[in-house]
Amino acid sequence: MDSSAPAVRCRSVGKIWAAGTENAHEALKAIDLDIAAGEFVMLLGPSGCGKSTLLYLIAGLERATSGSLTAFGEPVTDPSPERSLIFQETSLFPWLTIWQNVSFGLRIKGTPPAEQKAVAHRALQRVGLAAAMDKRPFELSGGMRQRVAVARALAMRPKVLLMDEPFAALDVQTRAKMQGFLLDVWRDSGASILFVTHHIDEAVALADRVVVFTARPGRIKEIVPIDVPRPRDLFSPESEKLRLALTDLLRDEVDRAFAEQEGLTSAA
Amino acid sequence: MTISSNARAVETAVAAPNERPPRTPLVEGVIRLGWSLVSVGLFVGIWELCWYVGIADPRLLPPPHIFIGDFAQQAKFFNTAQRWAIGVNASAGPTPFEAVAITIASSAMRVFIGLALASVMALVLGVAIRYYWLIEKLTLPTVTLLAPVSPMAWLPLAIFLFGIGNGPAIFMVFIALFFIMVLSTIAQIDTVNRNFIHVARTMGATKRQLYMLVIIPAILPGLLMVLRMNLFGAWMVVLVAEATGVGYGLGQVIMLARNTFNPSLVFFTIAVIGLLGFLCDGALRLVQKRLLYWVPDPKGLLHGL
Repeated sequence: MDSSAPAVRCRSVGKIWAAGTENAHEALKAIDLDIAAGEFVMLLGPSGCGKSTLLYLIAGLERATSGSLTAFGEPVTDPSPERSLIFQETSLFPWLTIWQNVSFGLRIKGTPPAEQKAVAHRALQRVGLAAAMDKRPFELSGGMRQRVAVARALAMRPKVLLMDEPFAALDVQTRAKMQGFLLDVWRDSGASILFVTHHIDEAVALADRVVVFTARPGRIKEIVPIDVPRPRDLFSPESEKLRLALTDLLRDEVDRAFAEQEGLTSAA
Repeated sequence: MTISSNARAVETAVAAPNERPPRTPLVEGVIRLGWSLVSVGLFVGIWELCWYVGIADPRLLPPPHIFIGDFAQQAKFFNTAQRWAIGVNASAGPTPFEAVAITIASSAMRVFIGLALASVMALVLGVAIRYYWLIEKLTLPTVTLLAPVSPMAWLPLAIFLFGIGNGPAIFMVFIALFFIMVLSTIAQIDTVNRNFIHVARTMGATKRQLYMLVIIPAILPGLLMVLRMNLFGAWMVVLVAEATGVGYGLGQVIMLARNTFNPSLVFFTIAVIGLLGFLCDGALRLVQKRLLYWVPDPKGLLHGL
């Protein structure tokens, strides 16, 4: 692994779903993107623009149909615990306790059970849920479950955290809390974060850079740096200006996505 | 906010609307049993009434107080094992009560062995079909072809292959459940939450670990449900098999009742089978609860509408 290379490097990455069939459709086109080690990058775009697809490609769960994708200089061919994915919906295994969920990756590696439990305890402490070790997922609230999912990713000491709208199912207050919590985790862990969202506020609150996507096929429309020092005041004129700029960028794309959907329905 | 205070807040929020203190499991059980008795009692009551006013001819539709009333008289016929032996008179052999117990135990044993064999082998084949590409190509079409065949069609084969005894009855139960359960295992595997699979793969799980640690636990709840549904099917099939291929068992008693024109015995046997099915379902439900501690109780969603 080359530690001077970017955490993730995409070079003209494209993805066509169901390539070669009549249902083929292009989800991503010519994506060029470098993510530095320890950087917090938001992917922002209209729904269905392929931003989640990019996350799956980087995770190694899907293969790109064109271009090259490397992580720390090495080509991405398979999923790896170094690039952990966190989903919108709960992905905890309901038949395991919280600590068993958190140490699932260690169990797969064959780590001794005592060490598994110790690592799980530390990871849960970092997300403030050490007291929930022996509970089961259905006993926790949605926000707590997402914190457990983050702890599970952290237990594997990932270099890149890939987050697919992780807070989309949470209420506004919980979401704000979780954003603060995520920034703490990000600072302690030193990992890069790639975060998919369609919330402009969330992008301005969290990111170092915001990558704005076009509607289908997803291309990078613009990369907007957020140079506001943390902790951020979301009501400052600076934040307000960024929000307006992002809203403008996004509006055209949402309009285009709608027009395309209307075209589909009238054709049918 | 700590977790326990959070949990307490949730509890009070949930308990508030219906104001009733929670019932203990024992009280729950007694109430459930009570309603079962009321339900059966209503059915029996209507039947008895029909008999009383003369609509139901006791020679054709004897009401429960007649067919259950003379237990010893009915139980005598359960001694079918001895009946076939030459030179044994009808009153020899086990006592009537023992005869009933032996008959029930042997039918139940055939159901359970058939059910256990079918579930284990269906799970193994179903998982293997998704695990190994070649096994899918070689077996799935045949399984799909055989699944809709009525178990009755297999009956002659059961007798050719296994003769008379436990063999054909167990085979029949097995064949009635196996193909359906293979298909439902595959259906369950295909609907496992995709995120579970993504998480396991990201954590570096091998294919084997993915199946052992994620897919099999994830499909267990659905499979146990299928098993419970098929339990009744197993009881239906075992009776037919016993009626033709086996020397004793509940199916034989029904056959005897038919040949001797004895409606009381038919109803007595139906009552026994019904009770057994009810108890089996309860037992399996208990297993389900113990084994699948993580599945929240779905009941209550539609209550109070």
